[in-house]
Amino acid sequence: MVRVFLASTLRRFTGGTEEVEIEAATVRSLIAELDRRFPGLGQHLRSGSAIAIDGEIMADALYEPLPEGAEVHFLPPMGGG
Amino acid sequence: MTITATRDTNPGYKWVGTRPVRHDGLDKVTGRARFGADLSLPGMLTGAVLRSPHPHAGIRSIDTSPAKAMTGVKAVITGSDFPMLESEPGEGGEGAVDYRDLCRNIMARDKVLYEGHAVAAVAATSRRVALAALAAIKVDYEVLPHVIDVEDAMAPGAPLLHDDMITRGTETPPANPSNIAARYLYERGDVEQAFAEADAIVEREFITRPVHQGYIEPHAVVADTAEDGRAVIWCSSQGHFMVRTFTAKLLGWEASRIKVIPAEIGGGFGGKTTVYIEPVATLLSQKAGRPVKIVMTRDEVFRATGPTSGSKMRLKIGARRDGTLVAAEGWLAYQAGAFKGSPVELGVMCMLAPYKVPNFRLEGFDVVNNMPKVAAYRAPGAPMASFASETVLDEIARELDMDPLELRLHNAAEEGTKSVYGPRFRRIGYRETVEAIRDHPHYSVPLGPNQGRGVASGFWFNFGSLSSATVHVNDDGGASVMTGSPDIGGSRASMALMAAEELGIDVYRISPIVADTESIGFTDLTGGSRVTHATGMAVIEACRQVVADLRARAAKIWDVDIDEVEWVEGRAQHADGSHPPLTTEDLAETAAQTGGPITATASLNARGAGVAFSTQVCDVEVDQETGAVKILRYTTSQDAGRAIHPSYVEGQMQGGVAQGIGWALNEEYIFSDGGVMENPGFLDYRMPVASDLPMIDTVIVEVPNPGHPYGVRGVGEVGIVPPMAAIANAIHDATGLRLEELPMSPVKVLAAIGANGG
Repeated sequence: MVRVFLASTLRRFTGGTEEVEIEAATVRSLIAELDRRFPGLGQHLRSGSAIAIDGEIMADALYEPLPEGAEVHFLPPMGGG
Repeated sequence: MTITATRDTNPGYKWVGTRPVRHDGLDKVTGRARFGADLSLPGMLTGAVLRSPHPHAGIRSIDTSPAKAMTGVKAVITGSDFPMLESEPGEGGEGAVDYRDLCRNIMARDKVLYEGHAVAAVAATSRRVALAALAAIKVDYEVLPHVIDVEDAMAPGAPLLHDDMITRGTETPPANPSNIAARYLYERGDVEQAFAEADAIVEREFITRPVHQGYIEPHAVVADTAEDGRAVIWCSSQGHFMVRTFTAKLLGWEASRIKVIPAEIGGGFGGKTTVYIEPVATLLSQKAGRPVKIVMTRDEVFRATGPTSGSKMRLKIGARRDGTLVAAEGWLAYQAGAFKGSPVELGVMCMLAPYKVPNFRLEGFDVVNNMPKVAAYRAPGAPMASFASETVLDEIARELDMDPLELRLHNAAEEGTKSVYGPRFRRIGYRETVEAIRDHPHYSVPLGPNQGRGVASGFWFNFGSLSSATVHVNDDGGASVMTGSPDIGGSRASMALMAAEELGIDVYRISPIVADTESIGFTDLTGGSRVTHATGMAVIEACRQVVADLRARAAKIWDVDIDEVEWVEGRAQHADGSHPPLTTEDLAETAAQTGGPITATASLNARGAGVAFSTQVCDVEVDQETGAVKILRYTTSQDAGRAIHPSYVEGQMQGGVAQGIGWALNEEYIFSDGGVMENPGFLDYRMPVASDLPMIDTVIVEVPNPGHPYGVRGVGEVGIVPPMAAIANAIHDATGLRLEELPMSPVKVLAAIGANGG
């Protein structure tokens, strides 16, 4: 089970839900389950979001494993100068 | 003065942490290094771009026939020669790029959206002929009302840049288009209740102006498109793979048709993380059947390439009597330029990141306006947001009669703190950067009349992402280390140092090479403070493969199991000492007998980037008669995790501060009422020069990043985040005046002194 925190910008998909607990072994299965619960959210997340797993920010992490009890945040696509 | 405050035990590195002369240094100081404009090819043509004189206008028609008829003109193109791309995300300097916007930015289609927007281009036998051809092109414009100011652009009835732009991120999608591309909201807790319980509340409004990255080398490209449709591009950029991807996409080509060879780069700071003239030169070359070179003038760099956003911000912060921050409420609007994609969301995420803030509501707006599309600039979005937050925190400290650094320490984020942008921090060194400034002699030196001292902190994320490296052991036992990361800040030296540490050979026996797009695996941009972390990890991984190979070859020579072979300081040693050691030279010499050339490649998507913090202190003297602000002394501390080459870490820290000082005191895009930039040159766009700056002292704090083998954190960006607020706070300390608008130029300072009865 992982805890997923949904930023304000994602709550239009979730009807205001801010946090959910989901059984998922990888980011891909997590997004699939989020999309099942909140239709449209999956496509939004797959189109370029970064993700933070237990505080570590990463991009292109679809197949990243999720440790049991992990805290997951979806973040905007990031770059820098 | 430089102090390295190492926070863990000395790991005993031989090369990491030393300061060798950079491998590319001699070429650069002797003029031997080749930058973008230095290449010439036989038969090469000169390209030039016609740019809009209007900030906003419809294009009724473009007549290129007079130009095409001129002797010496070999090709003429307009927007209609490029494919019209639909909306599709791509990777770029600010994160996501929309190819629909990018294709319209490199060459206008039905509208021009800023003064300087490209409308046509020519290739001719000389620059004189090319400029004459541009003058002969007839463009029939329908001039439209324009808008520059961010709040004007948000107002109902503002001139619309894109009639299909519907604001994203609102609870209910708006019925009508506007210039507001997106709204972002970060909130937590009960803000209203927390303000009701606060003992001190400060609320202020801030304005910043667009500023340019100001790299010394203008954009330059040579493109040579052959008869078989394949092209070679030489250019200076922050990512030649990005140039290949973007150029191919914008031309409708397969990326494999294009080879990009990286030139040396004379500065980028984020501004060379996208394309402007590369697809134009490539298409001109294809049409002309000859190589084409385009070199931007400084005027073009200012008018047609991305500055960073100007902004309007309101921020309110509340604290308890003991200094504990309890609430924050912010509103930020950033100019995006002609197309969506300002860094406002990153600004919202960064502005209070150094602190524990239990209740906040921070709202950001991405707003298009009639100026060049903004590009990344060192910690995109963070400096202006932190100008607001760090100024308000200074005022809170004064109201509570607290030392401003103690206020920051009292609220400092630490490992486990839930950041304002969501995730909990892993191991971080923010507190250590504040303590380094508090304990520095600078912080207690007495000040004179009209002098003041200010402090500020800043945060930046740092990134990992895709990198590749190949290591070859040469016949003589030296090694070449190839990567795909353009060297902007001394990364060749850092790569060589990490390779020397891993291989155990002298750093000067390593040749660090930046390879072209056909010679190394895909590598993301040099940006996001990622290269020493991510490309460094690829180098370390490739070196470890080489060492494993070298051990295996020694085992073969000795006819023992590989587990009996250790690699110590560049030699294979048998565990019981029964064989004389074999050096890298020995093993290279016998490579043909033991399996052939010794080489290894690593490609990875680097994880584990560690976030960065900086805290800075600045002393100023304010001339009461002229309003001029002189920087007397400046000290910056920054958590580098582990400084691989301390001189280049210090250089990044000093460079960030120097640019921040320019942003704070003088730099700004000045637009006429007609929406035309009035200062597109270094005489009128005032960047700091050496005589404007004191020696900037550095304190490298090393709190190792657990996500990197040596503990590296990116160092390239966070240094530019605190200076604007540090200087504003110092001016307040000197004069009692709280300046809320950048730049704090003599005119503005003098006006504030006058308004205050001075």
